[in-house]
Amino acid sequence: MDWTAILLTLKLASLVCVVLMAIALPIAYWLAFSSWKWKFLIESIVALPLVLPPTVLGFYVLVALGARSPIGRLWAGWTGHPLAFTFEALVIASILYSLPFAVQPLASSFSQVDRNLLDASATLGADRLQTFTRVVLPLSLHGALAAAVLSFAHTVGEFGVVLMVGGNLPGVTRTVSISIYDDVQGLNFAAANQTALALLIFSFVVLALVYALIRRPWSVAAIQ
Amino acid sequence: MTLSVNLRKRLTPSFALSVQFSALPGVTILFGASGSGKTTILRCVAGLLRPDEGKVAIEGGAVFDSDTGTNIAPNKRGFGYVFQDLALFPHLTAEQNIGYGLFALGPEERRARVLRIAAAFHLEPVLGRRPAEISGGQRQRVGLARSLVTDPRALLLDEPLSALDHHTQSRIIEDLRLWNAARRIPVLYVTHSQREVFALGDRVIALHDGVIAADGSPETVMNAPETEAMASLAGFDNVFDARVEQRLESAGVMRSRIAGTQVELEVPLGVAREGSAIRVAIRAGDIMLATEQPRGLSARNVMPGRIVALVTERSQVKLTVDVGIGIHAAVTPTARDTLGLRTGETVWVIIKTHSCRVVSAL
Repeated sequence: MDWTAILLTLKLASLVCVVLMAIALPIAYWLAFSSWKWKFLIESIVALPLVLPPTVLGFYVLVALGARSPIGRLWAGWTGHPLAFTFEALVIASILYSLPFAVQPLASSFSQVDRNLLDASATLGADRLQTFTRVVLPLSLHGALAAAVLSFAHTVGEFGVVLMVGGNLPGVTRTVSISIYDDVQGLNFAAANQTALALLIFSFVVLALVYALIRRPWSVAAIQ
Repeated sequence: MTLSVNLRKRLTPSFALSVQFSALPGVTILFGASGSGKTTILRCVAGLLRPDEGKVAIEGGAVFDSDTGTNIAPNKRGFGYVFQDLALFPHLTAEQNIGYGLFALGPEERRARVLRIAAAFHLEPVLGRRPAEISGGQRQRVGLARSLVTDPRALLLDEPLSALDHHTQSRIIEDLRLWNAARRIPVLYVTHSQREVFALGDRVIALHDGVIAADGSPETVMNAPETEAMASLAGFDNVFDARVEQRLESAGVMRSRIAGTQVELEVPLGVAREGSAIRVAIRAGDIMLATEQPRGLSARNVMPGRIVALVTERSQVKLTVDVGIGIHAAVTPTARDTLGLRTGETVWVIIKTHSCRVVSAL
């Protein structure tokens, strides 16, 4: 079993999950509550990674982060080494690739919160941020949990974008899925099987935990 | 404290709200059918909906003024609002719901205030429970307590008691009256229930199609409607045309004939001239029925007819009696059984002169 790849994958997925939640919360809030008439354009952009082949996304990320791009040059000037084919590039690509998996469950659970509750909160003196932290977020916990788990799990499982942007550097960019692919290419089926099985069991346990936790402790419907 | 409201708001191409009134401390009822604009008024006053133009002020200070561009956010207005569906926070206990608006206070003072109002609204036993775990009446009380505990400058109630039985309604109304007796804030109370109008109102403003149709005490607005729209709002089930035959000034009555019939009807003296057309409104509950021709009766209008329809709705039996036109009457189930009232039977319809209201056709 490729423990280096497994640890690297967990590190990547955890980091992406934390950053994504911070980015996705305001985007999802805006998508759920804005009445801007061009909102559908933003919704489409957020959903793009769902339909694009990972190679397309990976290609553009590679171009955007490359040594000749403004971002790539800025990074090289700042850190002294290029951005492409590094762990940081992998994090950036994974965040883009998993964005809809964090935004959509959040936006959907935000928009399911009864608008009267928001009005009630306002008439009781709460501003928007207070209403968000005290009403919207607590009533969207299942959505937040789903967003966190899906973005984590989706990052664990990604392959094409990683290959395009990160390459295959052991301990730096070789994740579990790349490692399995490598083993299979080298006809090392026993090693591939061990890692694949570990990933399979891990994914199942995480999903089972989430579905067990998602059962809501109170019923909104019973109030009516 | 006086709440002055002057609003214009176009909601659809065919419906616009246009009202102006001032509400003194105490309960002002906003009464009207659904779609008359009652809830829109509350939402505009609370700041949840922006009026097209007008001014809303409490004790002289504007919270909205289209002339100066003033539009204070709902969370800064200090108005309590109890929603029709209550909008209690499902994830919070009754205590947390009531204390929600007191976030600026320390935990001890917050708890003290919550406990004080919980006592006034008989909520101590359920403070630890979530909304889904308490009864409808208790939820209503939590909704009221949650708004009142913040010491609002005005209270806006949107049909807060419509889902409750009469007994529970009366008890909550009593608690609300007691609470407001000491504080004296203006309360706008939206309802479409005639019963609540009489139970609560110091004053009732009746709305019809976005404008004020009548304004006054429940007695005058509900029992002496001036317009046909108001008559049907106030539960006058019979509204029909008649023609004045003779004015009897000394008796204070007019003899009239119901349009399209030979049926005579004596109505209270009004301004209509002899020969002119009038509209007459009569409540179904004000009409008496007899199975034999009554004698020695003070009521002046007695006419024979045939029962053409009979429907039982809960504790009321609604009948239509053909006396030349269909007259709607309502009796109790006991009366129906004792008199043996059935479709096709002949009965005598008895109407007191002063049960007839002459209304203008609006």
